[in-house]
Amino acid sequence: MSQSISEIQEEIIDEFSMFDDWMQRYEYMISLGKSLPLIDEKYKTDDYLIKGCQSKVWVHAALEGDQLIFKADSDAIITKGIIAILIRVFSHQKPEDIMEADTSFIDEIGLKEHLSPTRANGLVSMIKQIKLYAIAFRTQLNQ
Amino acid sequence: MNLSSKDIERIRNDFPILNRKVNGSDLVYLDNAATSQTPKQVIDCIVDYYSNYNANIHRGVHSLSQQATEAFEVARKKVQQHFNIAHPEEVIFTSGTTHSINAVASGYAKLLNPGDELIVSALEHHSNIVPWQMACEQSGASLKVIPMDASGALDLKAYESLLSDRTQLVFCNHVSNALGVINPIETIIEKAHAVGAAVLIDGAQAAPHIKADLQALDVDFYTVSAHKLCGPTGIGMLYGKKERLEALPPYQGGGEMIATVSFEKTTYAGLPHKFEAGTPNIAGGIAFGAALDYMNSIGFERIAAYEKQLLELATEKLSLIEGVEIYGTSEEKTAVLSFNIKGLHPYDIGSILDQMGIAVRTGHHCAQPIMDFYQIPGTVRASFSFYNTFDEVDRLIAGVIKAKEMLS
Repeated sequence: MSQSISEIQEEIIDEFSMFDDWMQRYEYMISLGKSLPLIDEKYKTDDYLIKGCQSKVWVHAALEGDQLIFKADSDAIITKGIIAILIRVFSHQKPEDIMEADTSFIDEIGLKEHLSPTRANGLVSMIKQIKLYAIAFRTQLNQ
Repeated sequence: MNLSSKDIERIRNDFPILNRKVNGSDLVYLDNAATSQTPKQVIDCIVDYYSNYNANIHRGVHSLSQQATEAFEVARKKVQQHFNIAHPEEVIFTSGTTHSINAVASGYAKLLNPGDELIVSALEHHSNIVPWQMACEQSGASLKVIPMDASGALDLKAYESLLSDRTQLVFCNHVSNALGVINPIETIIEKAHAVGAAVLIDGAQAAPHIKADLQALDVDFYTVSAHKLCGPTGIGMLYGKKERLEALPPYQGGGEMIATVSFEKTTYAGLPHKFEAGTPNIAGGIAFGAALDYMNSIGFERIAAYEKQLLELATEKLSLIEGVEIYGTSEEKTAVLSFNIKGLHPYDIGSILDQMGIAVRTGHHCAQPIMDFYQIPGTVRASFSFYNTFDEVDRLIAGVIKAKEMLS
């Protein structure tokens, strides 16, 4: 039995609580960014691009059984780190669970500033896109 | 006399915000090209207005209204004197440069004909591109672009070849917001006038550093935003030569801009009211005047000389960091340093600098054509003001080195 979204979020909150300062937090995100499973180059097109102002983000979703698999990439490494966290939370989950998931864990791990619309890095749009994929695929599953 | 470190210390005491901490560190504010900070003299002026004589202007017979009207018109005269403008009514108060440009562009949209041409520089902010594209769409006129070279300088030969008797208007910024390059506007204006075209200069980025003499420049329109020169947001200037403004149809209808109104016909008020429909930003206008007083009390020559020292030191130290690429290397520059580090995204560098309390701008700076020219997603832009210090330059450099170390 795989972990639920909220279990994974708790796990991430625990991991981040071990960091003493922002530098450790950012270094961890940067390392996550570097380890992100990259999206296939053929999906790095405007169709998969999330319109953020500063860093580009591409997200691709596919159904495997009743679970959604997300792959993503960005041209900025901190954004990639954030994507890596989101993928860990939402990939391999059922569409209905993704749709209903709460995302307040982002505040708790000290990344709130990246949620601000002025940062325009597309984090908010990234979450919105992940949820939109979930809605679309659930409709497909129910047909 | 140059500004000494004692002078800078005194100046910094005028800016309450410079004492605050950001993410646990002393704030290093290097986003002055976006918005400058506000000295207490200007803040006090706004507080005084709302505390003592807040009233609508130009229409009340009561004392408060008269006091507010007078203060607002005194501010207009301060702006007039500062830019050496011939007549006070040539100073139109707007919400800022974007509003000023839109006012001129929407007027021109009605005056232009198919076949007319407009010339824009490749260094423009989107606010000096999009309004003109809209004017072209409405009128059938077309837009030509003066190309730039890798140093950020405009190609004046190409400019000359674009000029013709079809050219109605040329528009260009005095200083590029993305690169800090000072454009040769004297030449641009002279050559445009030689073919009978009018010129609009966007002075938003120049005004904090250069005291422009608009009569000497003989420019037709000049635009300024107060919030870039120690004033509040939401107020700025549109300068226009009287005959140009009189020929231009008004931009917005409403109160104050009319002479008489009936349902059959409305006649417009004279300048400047024709372009100041509705209740203006009264406190902002008065504070704009106070901001100019404040900067003039320091002196623009001293400001420019000191900022040049900051820029030179920052450029020299930043250039020593391996992989740094600086954009806008032309000799004639204001204190703006636009750069990237090879292989790193500006967003990442800016995010890490922010964690260290250092405020810079990252991104395309609303000048995507420039970023396309260099084929980059954006830059990190550190922009200095006279209240920045040499220590802050060192904090920036240390921050960039740290960011590079963390991100590489």
